[in-house]
Amino acid sequence: MSMQSIRDTFFEECEDLLEALAEGLARMETGEADSECLNAVFRAVHSIKGGAGAFALSDLVAFAHRFETVLDEIRSDRLDLSDEVMHVLLRSADHLADQVEAAREERSIDEEVTAAFLVNLGTCLGDAGFEAPAADEDFGFSAITLDFGASPGLPAFELPDLGFAGPEFPVTDHPRPDLSHPDPRTSGSGATAAPALADLTPDKKTSAPRHRIRFIPWPQFYSNGHDPLVLITSLAAPGELEIRPDLSSLPEFAEFDPAKPCLAWDILVASHLPEATVEAHFEFVRGLCELSVAPEITPAPAPENPAVALPWPAPLPEPLVEPLTIQSRAPEPEQVVISPPAGPPPDAVIETSALPPEKDTPRDATGEGAGALLRRRLPKSEDDAEGRGPKPTLRVDLERVDRLINAVGELIINQAMIEQSVTDLSLPADTEIISHTEDYRLLARDLQEAVMAIRAQPVKPLFQRMSRIVREAAEATGKPAHLVTIGESTEVDKTVVERLADPLTHMIRNAVDHGLESAAARVAAGKDPEGTIRLSAAHRSGSVIITISDDGGGLDRNRILAKAISRGLVAEGAELSDAEIDNLLFLPGFSTAEKISNLSGRGVGLDVVKNAVGALGGRIAISSTLGSGSEFTISLPLTLAVMDGMVISVAGQTMVIPIASVIETIRPTAADLHLLGTSDRLLSIRGRFLPMIDVAECLGFGRRDPAQASLALLVETDAQAHCALMVDAVLDQRQVVIKGLDSNYGAIPGVSAATVLGDGQIALILDTEALTSNMSGLINGRNGANYLPPAAGATAAPASQSFQPLAARAQALPQPQTGAPHAIH
Amino acid sequence: MQSIDPASRLDAEFVTFFAGAQSFSLDISHVREIRRWSTVTPLPHAPKEVLGVMNLRGSVIPIYDLSARFGLGPTQDNPRNVVVVATIGNQTVGLLVEAVSEILSVARNQIQETPDIRSESTRASITGIIQMEEGMTRVIDLEAVIQCKPKQAA
Repeated sequence: MSMQSIRDTFFEECEDLLEALAEGLARMETGEADSECLNAVFRAVHSIKGGAGAFALSDLVAFAHRFETVLDEIRSDRLDLSDEVMHVLLRSADHLADQVEAAREERSIDEEVTAAFLVNLGTCLGDAGFEAPAADEDFGFSAITLDFGASPGLPAFELPDLGFAGPEFPVTDHPRPDLSHPDPRTSGSGATAAPALADLTPDKKTSAPRHRIRFIPWPQFYSNGHDPLVLITSLAAPGELEIRPDLSSLPEFAEFDPAKPCLAWDILVASHLPEATVEAHFEFVRGLCELSVAPEITPAPAPENPAVALPWPAPLPEPLVEPLTIQSRAPEPEQVVISPPAGPPPDAVIETSALPPEKDTPRDATGEGAGALLRRRLPKSEDDAEGRGPKPTLRVDLERVDRLINAVGELIINQAMIEQSVTDLSLPADTEIISHTEDYRLLARDLQEAVMAIRAQPVKPLFQRMSRIVREAAEATGKPAHLVTIGESTEVDKTVVERLADPLTHMIRNAVDHGLESAAARVAAGKDPEGTIRLSAAHRSGSVIITISDDGGGLDRNRILAKAISRGLVAEGAELSDAEIDNLLFLPGFSTAEKISNLSGRGVGLDVVKNAVGALGGRIAISSTLGSGSEFTISLPLTLAVMDGMVISVAGQTMVIPIASVIETIRPTAADLHLLGTSDRLLSIRGRFLPMIDVAECLGFGRRDPAQASLALLVETDAQAHCALMVDAVLDQRQVVIKGLDSNYGAIPGVSAATVLGDGQIALILDTEALTSNMSGLINGRNGANYLPPAAGATAAPASQSFQPLAARAQALPQPQTGAPHAIH
Repeated sequence: MQSIDPASRLDAEFVTFFAGAQSFSLDISHVREIRRWSTVTPLPHAPKEVLGVMNLRGSVIPIYDLSARFGLGPTQDNPRNVVVVATIGNQTVGLLVEAVSEILSVARNQIQETPDIRSESTRASITGIIQMEEGMTRVIDLEAVIQCKPKQAA
């Protein structure tokens, strides 16, 4: 395993940890936090700190450490979880995520920002005077930096503290600046530092209470790369050690198995700390060794053996033992692996640690904090025992999954081809091969569904990120707001989840910035001063519906219209329906923000959102009630890999149109068709006149006599825009596997992708959005020349701009004065 | 097909083929396979040298008419026509040619620079010229050849 891959694993795990952190904090925020939840939060931060230490990410370690300290204060009931503290915690979690992200990208984060957060956290601890943390505080956390290039010498001696210590165990020479808490040595709480421990002089040792540690590493301990020496030396800093190796399991040399550990240690450590703290040293190896910690029962060793208790790393008194213990990193195999039989040696008596009752509070947290960082590698012990551990999961390279999905896609196509060939044979219906092909079809569908499910992911992480956006937006705008999420477990294709992040961020910011009124205005309107943003996800008939709503003032349509007119997006005096006015928001360059804030209001928000949603094959709609808020509804396909399509024929070509956009098919009569102007045609249907679009003409496959229009597909592409697409025939309705055109060719106006039909031929999938909103652009683009360079406005526009309310289209619209590169067709 | 061992880089290998009755060649490292011509699905708004897309074991690959690309008129239907499937970067494309003739091994220094000619577009798509026993072959720049397509993001 290379350094890089370990690093990657760390960051992957950080993602999980940050997610757990966010989840735990969210529960704490709602007040339903129990101690387990608090512990989970603590563990997450602690594990990030632990991992970060291994990669020498000192800023991250320092910040996580302080964060952890605050959490610990809360955990041990010395700090109330007030709203202010909660706020600091949430913002700190955000910052921690930023730091992890920065570390992953190997860039540094603004130190002042970090310092500000540290001060905030410090304030929680009652350290008003706490200013520049990194500079003058030793965080007591000098974890061993992984160095794979180094020789397997004895570097551990320079690094006395492995960093397995919880916050209860800062090894610091400076007294903690925090003076608001009683001295742990007198209080016995053990949750704060005992700075003077290292000063213990040898003559004090006999009077000091000692812990007896029985430590028996199991084979996994070594196979996971742990080193008993490192662990034991980490104990040396706070106290003195007396180490007695238990060689009873040492086999005869002939029977020696280098893969089996055979050493155990009895360690007496002089310490004022409770067992919990000592155990915390072994936190990361829980489940990998047998460990018991108990107060020493027998008195300290007699003075006739004074060398025994020398502070580590002084040589041990028994020469036989010394090389074995100290040089366990030495390269010779028989020294590296010191090994009793696998599993707990027979003589390993587990001492039940009889804990003094007053010391159990900090213990349960650190005790089971086996470290989420290592959770996956650890044999599941405690987590599973609790019966609430996560379901076993597998982390798989996405590329492999996609390869599988591709292969299954091929299988589906192959299945369709075989089926077609069998059908062409016109065999009697009871022929065996017919029933086999039927089975094959069903199996192939099952397989496809199962494979697609692999890519499905809950929207939860995405939604969790949004609560941060709400916090930030609320802070930036000074409008108190909170996020309510519904349907977090709704599963959507991974790509959809990923590509939704930006649009959702935009919309959430918009909701806070534009949607919500100021606190004063809300109070005046008889509302809770704190605004509510609601984010929900649900499955509905093959789509995912995501709604973002606020309980703000709703859309001010007069203002929107006035703005649109002043921007030249709508002609003056135009009569637009409410829905059309609402949809003006999606026009490029539209922004109603009275003043442009740094959050939103750059006029790039909603049209970008709309395009992003459109690119995912989804649609967005808006509804609003003045005075009580607005709601945006995004409907998205469940997966990007397959689609229900209607196979049609256009100008002799077989094509596919997404069935989701087709409302009905109509066979119009000549009387239903009306010319408007010289070339535009309208189709009258039940008293409405809809624009009629000749698909063949749009695609440059020639124009036909509209009177011969054989079939019209009524499509809905926008919330309000109904359109009729003229095609030759509807051939079939089937599920098609979507094949991108972009990678090998490039985007084609009016075509969103391609698919392979049962006969192996490729059929293009029509982009109804682009076809209906930009027919004029497409037709002009075709104009004469076979090929227009992409920069030429008309052909470049369709993909990026697909909004066109009917009323707006009917009016001759001037170009926006901003000179932005978007043309209105 | 076969990739070149870097050690033998001295000898460059080219697949030569005919398009518009002229000899062209392409570095063999680009060539993945040679397929029989099969019906393609035409693309809307495509330049005339883009014949359409073809299904290559589930991948959708565009087919370029090399003869049309070099202004030599569209390739005439002929059962001998083949498609040279070539890759460049992550892109896989097909080149319709009249016939594949041979695999040519030459030393790198045998490739002559394209002389100054009037047609900028032809010159931009030809990286060099190799002398052959009978005449010469034009080494095509695959990237330049397939650049004649709309390449904006959707």
